[in-house]
Amino acid sequence: MNPSPIAQRFDQLKASGKMAFMPFLTAGDPDLEMTKELLVDWGRRGVDLVEIGFPYSDPIADGAVIQASYTRALAKKITIDQIFTALGELSGENIPPLVGMVSYSLIFRYGTDHFITGAKNAGISGLIVPDFPGDEAGAFAKQVQNAGIDSIQLVAPTTPAGRVQKILQSASGFLYCISVAGTTGVRQELPEELSQQLEQLQSQTALPLAVGFGISRSEQAAVLRGKAQGVIVGSAIVRQLECLDEDPTRRAAVVAELGRFVDEMVQATHQS
Amino acid sequence: MTTTHATASVPDAEGRFGEFGRRFVPETLMQALEELTREYQLAKNDILFQTELAGYLRHFVGRPSPLYFAERLTEKAGGARIYLKREDLNHTGAHKINNTIGQALLTMRMGKKRVIAETGAGQHGVATATACARFGLDCIVYMGEEDIRRQKMNVFNMKMMGAEVRPVTTGSRTLRDAINEAMRDWMGSVATTHYIIGSVVGPHPFPMIVRDFQSVIGRETRQQCLDEFGRLPDEVIACVGGGSNSAGMFYPFIEDESVKLTGVEPGGRSSKPGDHASTLTFGQKGVLHGSYSYVLQDADGQTLDVHSISAGLDYPGVGPEHSYWKDSGRVEYVAIDDNQALETFQLTAKLEGILPALESSHAVARALQTAGSRSPNDIVVICLSGRGDKDVQEVARLLGKEI
Repeated sequence: MNPSPIAQRFDQLKASGKMAFMPFLTAGDPDLEMTKELLVDWGRRGVDLVEIGFPYSDPIADGAVIQASYTRALAKKITIDQIFTALGELSGENIPPLVGMVSYSLIFRYGTDHFITGAKNAGISGLIVPDFPGDEAGAFAKQVQNAGIDSIQLVAPTTPAGRVQKILQSASGFLYCISVAGTTGVRQELPEELSQQLEQLQSQTALPLAVGFGISRSEQAAVLRGKAQGVIVGSAIVRQLECLDEDPTRRAAVVAELGRFVDEMVQATHQS
Repeated sequence: MTTTHATASVPDAEGRFGEFGRRFVPETLMQALEELTREYQLAKNDILFQTELAGYLRHFVGRPSPLYFAERLTEKAGGARIYLKREDLNHTGAHKINNTIGQALLTMRMGKKRVIAETGAGQHGVATATACARFGLDCIVYMGEEDIRRQKMNVFNMKMMGAEVRPVTTGSRTLRDAINEAMRDWMGSVATTHYIIGSVVGPHPFPMIVRDFQSVIGRETRQQCLDEFGRLPDEVIACVGGGSNSAGMFYPFIEDESVKLTGVEPGGRSSKPGDHASTLTFGQKGVLHGSYSYVLQDADGQTLDVHSISAGLDYPGVGPEHSYWKDSGRVEYVAIDDNQALETFQLTAKLEGILPALESSHAVARALQTAGSRSPNDIVVICLSGRGDKDVQEVARLLGKEI
């Protein structure tokens, strides 16, 4: 099998000694036009991968900022089909490989086969299912991989070594390393144990390690250089979109502000 | 739809009740769930733990609760003899404390000092605060902002017992969001904190633990029937929201095939989505709050809003073991609407001198519907899961009366 778009991207970065920058975006917040606009803009700015959150009514792993964005998107009745259609419309564009972050509640109800086909047709390269832990998700992960989509698994600071081994059996693309025990959301400091955990993981797998939860600044990205191959930023981006619900006239300004932030993060992660 | 023959030997090691249950939670919680499963198995087989628990149930909770002959309800129905299992007479006025005492003892066994819980109407919150006060554990209760407003007395009681009540302002601001918030707290506090979940819902091993602790209801009922009548009852009826009192009542009878088991769901205002919380009657298979069970969702898997006159039944999911019992045909699930529950609340007060919780009124209403077509020799037991004092404000409002 050819390397997946995600694997290719990490390979290219590795060859030039760079880390991947992966911002997160809630599909449909404030609307799908904005989601598409940002994807195209970020593609131009050299973002490596984008994590697309599918809004869900009861997200347990997410903190207040991302949950609020899900609530905003759902208030506008955003559906899975609309998200797939919108992403599919970008197929000719030069956008980064997309990683879908989707609750198993949604996938199961939509129909597993149906969802995987839809995701593939929409151009999604990887799937993160945050409420279906790797060791439980074996058959589902196979199904995802057989469709040519990477099955991205999460490892938490609470994950013991024995579980890591089991989780790795279902993992491809990259390993999502949760920096802190807790939900998504901006934190000032990254925990000291993180380096140790990353070192440990590095010795267990050849997959690239991407660190998420709590990262919001380029300095934090710099700290991870040499220890991880990618950095994920969610809440710090999503909270910039909050204001658009009340004041849609600020769209251009928000796109520009996010552009500046993204540039800074790309620069920090791409320093070799 | 009979897919399997229901047995009491569930769940399996992976938390499956037939096809239902399991664990659909973030990786961060998996280690804690595995640890809890191990620790619970040890406690379950530890005679000292069980003896200690039985002691608190007897002397602190006030068990065994009476099995009471509801003579005038029996006359009214004109058929089977109706008995009430009086969980309303427990300390704190409901069955919830059976579980919170057990889980508080587990918390201490695991060396944890902090407890979190969710609550809807406040009964589980009060029962958790009570257990935590008794054992000196820190207690934080997540409660929807809207429920806090409606259940001021329970909020005050929790605070008096030293619990912190944290308002939940996200999503629908009800029980399901309180569960989400409690899970989020647990994501960041799992090393020091135990989550005392209030019903037979959530990821494995919670549905099993809560069922086991609540099974004291069914075990006592079974023994009381054998002692008093020399035989098992013909039918056992209990209300089902998340399903903890009913699971505890039904479980010891699961393999007694002569005993008909009936679960009563809240039919609400109508059968339209959003107007009821009859998950097993109208729902579909899906995943909510870490478990695979029947759920009330839209076509995309988004959780639907629910309604019931009784805040304790107002939940869009149901315990996975109930889904197993439904699909195996072992338990019949029916719906009773708001008006029927309200009428039965008043009738039970007038005929028996008992104010039942609005939740339990659903179960009584079902018994009154069907007991008349049974023989006077038949015995029907209703789980009177809680007392109605907490509901009098709401009942007065609905009846247009001043308190």
